[in-house]
Amino acid sequence: MQNLLSIDDITASQALNILDTAKELSRLTEGSVKKLPTLRGRTIVNLFFEDSTRTRLSFEAAAKRLSADVINFSAKGSSVSKGESLKDTAQTLEAMGADLMVIRHPASGAAHLLANSGWISAKVVNAGDGTHQHPSQALLDAYTIRDHFPEHRNDFTGLHIAIVGDILHSRVARSNAALLTSLGARVTVVGPATLLPLGVESWGVSVSYNLDEIIEHCDAVMMLRVQSERMNASFFPSEREYARDYGLTRSRLGSMKPTSIIMHPGPMNRGLEICAEAADSPRSVVLKQVKNGISVRMAILYLLLGGSIEGDN
Amino acid sequence: MSTFTLHNARMTDNHIVDVDVTDGVISAIAPARGQKSQGLDCDANKNLLIPGLVDLHTHLRQPGKEGAETVLTGSQAAVKGGYTAVSAMANTSPVADTAGVVEQVARLGKDAGLCDVFPIGAVTQGIEGKALAELSAMAQSAAGVRIFSDDGNCVSDPLLMRRALEYVKTFGGVIAQHAQEPRLTVGAQMNEGLVSSALGLTGWPAVAEESIIARDILLAHHVGSRLHICHLTTKGGVELVRWAKSQGISVTAEVTPHHLILTDESAVGYNSVFKVNPPLRTTEDVQALRDGLADGTIDIVATDHAPHPNEAKECEWSAAAFGMLGLETSLSAVVESMIVTKKIDWAQLVERMSITPAKIGGYSAHGRIEVGAPAHLVVVDTEATWTVDRATTASKSSNTPFHGRTLPARVMHTYFHGVHVLQDGQLTGKRYE
Repeated sequence: MQNLLSIDDITASQALNILDTAKELSRLTEGSVKKLPTLRGRTIVNLFFEDSTRTRLSFEAAAKRLSADVINFSAKGSSVSKGESLKDTAQTLEAMGADLMVIRHPASGAAHLLANSGWISAKVVNAGDGTHQHPSQALLDAYTIRDHFPEHRNDFTGLHIAIVGDILHSRVARSNAALLTSLGARVTVVGPATLLPLGVESWGVSVSYNLDEIIEHCDAVMMLRVQSERMNASFFPSEREYARDYGLTRSRLGSMKPTSIIMHPGPMNRGLEICAEAADSPRSVVLKQVKNGISVRMAILYLLLGGSIEGDN
Repeated sequence: MSTFTLHNARMTDNHIVDVDVTDGVISAIAPARGQKSQGLDCDANKNLLIPGLVDLHTHLRQPGKEGAETVLTGSQAAVKGGYTAVSAMANTSPVADTAGVVEQVARLGKDAGLCDVFPIGAVTQGIEGKALAELSAMAQSAAGVRIFSDDGNCVSDPLLMRRALEYVKTFGGVIAQHAQEPRLTVGAQMNEGLVSSALGLTGWPAVAEESIIARDILLAHHVGSRLHICHLTTKGGVELVRWAKSQGISVTAEVTPHHLILTDESAVGYNSVFKVNPPLRTTEDVQALRDGLADGTIDIVATDHAPHPNEAKECEWSAAAFGMLGLETSLSAVVESMIVTKKIDWAQLVERMSITPAKIGGYSAHGRIEVGAPAHLVVVDTEATWTVDRATTASKSSNTPFHGRTLPARVMHTYFHGVHVLQDGQLTGKRYE
């Protein structure tokens, strides 16, 4: 595989191979020496057209633990408003010796364009494109679920996972729906109808408008961040009403299964989609997600630049 | 006096005829005499003879965006595609909202001398949808504008639309509406449906088109004026127009060649050459459009030829310009979607691509093969196929959605006022003075 652009591009067994590799890399870097020489001499460019400190730092840490050289390029806003085209930016950075580009971009499809337009020969990892895909996030989420439910190591059949909130604008939801269902999990997307995309049923997920009805059955609830720009666009009347209907409140926290976990891609809006008690509860695996993110991204970089990403091992 | 004969031309009724042209006017049509071609004569080799095609929806980009197209290069693309009349949309820079601009465009068309270029006037000043442009001045100008459109933008204000429909009655004009409710299409990128949901691109719902069509049909009925719906794309839109016609409301509608063939699945892969406004819809819509064009609900095909330079397309989907080329592939695309599928025959194609658009536009010199009519003639090899190559477009731009696709029917010859502007598929460099 040349690139990682979308969860749809990889099979379940390829995904499991990435997760196994991540586990192995995590074990190798657990000691006092956190660094492997694997990608020494390789150059990875973080091409970030959207504010994202977390994801950029995570990819940067992953690359550095594999001893790769890292170049960070940040430019807020679209290429057009900046006056330089994506093509020119990418070709400029490739001329500086990039072997792989990690791209985060507000436009859906930007990573596809970079990988498939023939502009560059460097490999491409999609670190989030518009409201389309964020495959490394889905992989780190699957890694976290698998860590917590070791009996489901290679098969998520029997796990019920709710993705709650703004499904319409969420690349995390799209990537997770695809990956978790392909691993066998039952996925329910939950939110007000204004924030569910047309035809979401075709994703192989169940749909619910009522968080209370399903929360007690879920093994994991993934709370999505409510973006501030949605608040003034009539997707819901008020933050208060949203929090009441779709927030992970204390009472909902109380109705969760004893074994179930709380996930959030961060950054959290405490008091909106998640209450402080839920965010800080022992069920919350939010910080594990962050930690696992580095291992998973190491695996992605390693497999794209060094080893094989093919599955069936 | 200059005279020549187009020998062995097959009419749509399959008669083989010789057409004599004297000083640019058809002087005789008679059964083929079997004479050899000489001088300026041309042997059509029993290929099909049709009247020059007429496009009511063409973006020629001049003035203002000469990097994408000029009236000359657009005219060249037109005759290569078998068109002898095009209608230059008003969304140029400056906007064609004054007599001065429409006269300038008309003059550029005459200078090019390859086909008739009829300017379309803007409905509102600057196509901003706020105040009427000087419609009467454009109608009375040397350009003699009869079609008015804010195409690219919708005349969304219902009161302004009502006034425009009423006002053009005074000089027999028609409002060509780009039906797009702006509030329902904020940031819209492609058809709203399963594909847009999966791709994470903001949807352009069918209802945004249909709600305006419904409103404007009712307005046209109320004020008793003529309405023309640009580029119809949805099944619901077809049903609305069908209903309006059944009520005797004076509405006409067009469909583009690309909406007769392509669907929103083309957006998978994010190749922005498939980004167009209104967007490519679903297979079900394509079927409804074909049926609507076949049964006459949709009156005509119009290209919405929309050239863009590479840099406007070589970028992220959401940053890319809307629009695709049409003139050079239009006939073949309609043959592929309507004749190969046996939905219509060639005589019906001629109605929908030449005769009826000429009537709607009031272009009386077009859509006729008869003695006394100007010789705006096209010869088509209906059996030939050709492969579209974006590198060889006559248009200044190369944003064709059919690149690499093999399509049926090839335009062999185009005559404009009897001038042989396209010969064996090649521009001759000749022009009508």
